[in-house]
Amino acid sequence: MKIMVCPLNGPRPIMEFAYGGEVRVSPDPDTCSDAEWSAYIFNRSGSPGVKYEWWCHIASGYWFIALRDTAKDLVLRTLPADAVRGGLPA
Amino acid sequence: MFTLRDSLRPSYDVVIIGAGGHGLAAAYYLARDHGITNVAVLEKGYIGGGNTGRNTTIIRSNYLTPEGVKFYDESVRLWQDLGEDFDLNLFYSTRGHYTLAHTDSAMRTMRWRAEVNKHFGVRSEAVDAAFVARGIPSIDMSCGGHAPILGALYHEPGAIARHDAVAWGYGRGADRRGVEIHQQTEVTGIRVEGGRVVGVDTTRGSIATPKVLCAVAGYTPRLLDMVGLKTPIYIHPLQAMVSEPVKPWLDPIIVSGSLHVYVSQTARGELVMGASLDPYELHQTRSTLDFVEGLSSHMLDMFPFLSDVKVNRQWAGLSDMTPDFAPLMGVTPVEGFYLDAGWGTWGFKATPVCGKTMSYTVATGRNHALIEGFTMDRFARYQLTGEKGAASVGH
Repeated sequence: MKIMVCPLNGPRPIMEFAYGGEVRVSPDPDTCSDAEWSAYIFNRSGSPGVKYEWWCHIASGYWFIALRDTAKDLVLRTLPADAVRGGLPA
Repeated sequence: MFTLRDSLRPSYDVVIIGAGGHGLAAAYYLARDHGITNVAVLEKGYIGGGNTGRNTTIIRSNYLTPEGVKFYDESVRLWQDLGEDFDLNLFYSTRGHYTLAHTDSAMRTMRWRAEVNKHFGVRSEAVDAAFVARGIPSIDMSCGGHAPILGALYHEPGAIARHDAVAWGYGRGADRRGVEIHQQTEVTGIRVEGGRVVGVDTTRGSIATPKVLCAVAGYTPRLLDMVGLKTPIYIHPLQAMVSEPVKPWLDPIIVSGSLHVYVSQTARGELVMGASLDPYELHQTRSTLDFVEGLSSHMLDMFPFLSDVKVNRQWAGLSDMTPDFAPLMGVTPVEGFYLDAGWGTWGFKATPVCGKTMSYTVATGRNHALIEGFTMDRFARYQLTGEKGAASVGH
């Protein structure tokens, strides 16, 4: 059984979590072009890599951030959602 | 069966990346229908070793959108005489295909699909529970008591075929017409100058070419990075498994979206089974115990007498998923770079029509009429081709 460390609930089986997709930074909808907006809505970074992702601990309804290697399926870090307020962590 | 080549030539008229069913079918029709034979098909592994050899071999055209129905119907038509065309037995077997409905809302989708299908001359009917019970006498109509079957979409042309033979047939046909198939040859770069393709770098040297067709299933994003194109494609693994051979008892193909199961019985007697995508992005073809447990439990809901049948093998493939469950095909903003991608969990049945339409598109530089609903610029226009309701199971 794969274990993920929830920032709120500690180590829990991966089946208790739902994947919410990669963290993406929105362009300013008031100033960006139509093409930039549709690219933000639809396009993804599909290649394997180390990505910040949204995850939810289903039982507690708690959303947080995981840094995961999508080639190796390794969770490198988990962080509270505040970590991506105002952009990706440096 | 295939000519082995010592080395790559310095240039080709067309380079196809990926010797799976789609890439080899495109090579075959380029040579047969368009007379273009100075073609190299590059494959980093072996022929048909990707998703062509990993799918659950179901062929159907009971889709939801007019674009999808017309496209897959043409594919089903092309499948009919393919074995004769190749002089190779594809074990193409028309079985009939049931998509079971366990809820009123699922019945509504089945009626919708049936009406769209019939409008385009495709044989599909929304049928009631009594029809299902007659057609699949061995099924537990209550599905263990918690998901009673209300009816189904019955699609008479639904079929299965031997998937490896499809790649071999197209590959041999292309090879005999002069196309070069290079296995163990990985593309490491695609050279673009002034917005047009000029060549391809590989682990066996560089080649010049004005046209590249990318048909690489779960590796599409990595190839697109080489030419600087962004798309909505994201990768999830899709697992499948097969039982030990048992005596023939299941003639039709059975799909249940609510129970996340699709199953058919091969000519050899094995049950080939699949379920939903793995729940998060991953670039690995590993197998999991969760998958076998979940799928087996749902199989037993429908067919409890299988409880002593053993699972022989399980495996996975990498699926190019798209937001609307339709593919990405045709010309791209990079001149000479053609895409046959976004084939998610629905690509095997489309192999012949993809080869036909992509060979036309590569030969003429214009999208074939049948793929106009699948071009990559549809997202910028917010004109999606929503096929999720026709996916085998909820994903």
